[in-house]
Amino acid sequence: MLSSERFIERLKEEGFSFFTGVPCSLLSGLISCLENRPDYLPAVREDAAVGLCAGAFMAGRLPVLLMQNSGLGYSLNAFTSLNLIYKIPVLVIMSWRGHLGKDAPEHIIMGDINENLLKTSGMEYAVLGDDNAEEVLARALRVIGQGLPFTLLVKKGQFDERH
Amino acid sequence: MKGTEAFRELVPMLGDRPVVHANGYICRESFQVLDREANFYMIGSMGLASSIGLGVALGRQDKQVVVFDGDGNVLMAMGTLAMIAAAAPKNFVHVVFDNQVYESTGSQRSLSGEIPLEEVARSVGYRHTERVTKKEELGPAFKRMLAEQGPSFLLVKVEPGFNPKTGRVTHSPEEITARFMRALQ
Repeated sequence: MLSSERFIERLKEEGFSFFTGVPCSLLSGLISCLENRPDYLPAVREDAAVGLCAGAFMAGRLPVLLMQNSGLGYSLNAFTSLNLIYKIPVLVIMSWRGHLGKDAPEHIIMGDINENLLKTSGMEYAVLGDDNAEEVLARALRVIGQGLPFTLLVKKGQFDERH
Repeated sequence: MKGTEAFRELVPMLGDRPVVHANGYICRESFQVLDREANFYMIGSMGLASSIGLGVALGRQDKQVVVFDGDGNVLMAMGTLAMIAAAAPKNFVHVVFDNQVYESTGSQRSLSGEIPLEEVARSVGYRHTERVTKKEELGPAFKRMLAEQGPSFLLVKVEPGFNPKTGRVTHSPEEITARFMRALQ
């Protein structure tokens, strides 16, 4: 397990300075570290959060978007017709509900296809683990430096949860 | 008033303010009237002009940020009005060209004939909202918006009637980003 507080601190150390998203219980620890900060704004939908991050990036901030993988469906057009063609980067922290088919029914299909959706739309991603946090963060920063979005997939139990 | 007339009225008043444009004829008309580096032309991602504009306004609180939006875009992202009102950026001016149709796809009707969008904006908490229907009212109303603390919302009722021969934005999306970011520096 990674510490939510430490992870957010690492992101800030790397220059991330704008946070938004739609909650997931798997990300509740991370969001509780952000909720009362002035640089966090709750988003009403994941695609609106994509737009918000794009604007913040162009205004000089480095944005982080937190969402459940269900939000990938809502955001796919925003990623493909905004971020990918305009070269607007964002770090997406996406919870992987439905991993290995073990979850509530509404999460099973997306849990099965989210990796393929990311691959087929040309979005680079990595699965976050206990031992690879620094390595995937470095990779994320390289991709973001090229002006592209990068997704960190987060499985259940990866972060301390607070709900 | 025609959409083109509305753009001709507002564009000279923009100064160096960054302007985020909704997709469709909003981008195309504004591009034809005056192409500015500080124009962000959103050619896809319908519905997101307002959230992009909010991000710019929050990231650069020293600049007044204008969004040129459309009724179809606002209806698609009504929740974003709540985000804007909650974040309450003083430097945010939302202009909605409302022609009550999805014009660039063949003028299919939208819901804005039944739904007064400036009332929606007022209800969620925009500080200043106005509706303008006459051309001579437009300039003074926009001037008031620029002078007031935002978030502000100006609904501009326009007749459908963009010229279908109006060209598309010729810059590549990557160029649009680079130009816009340069203008913001």
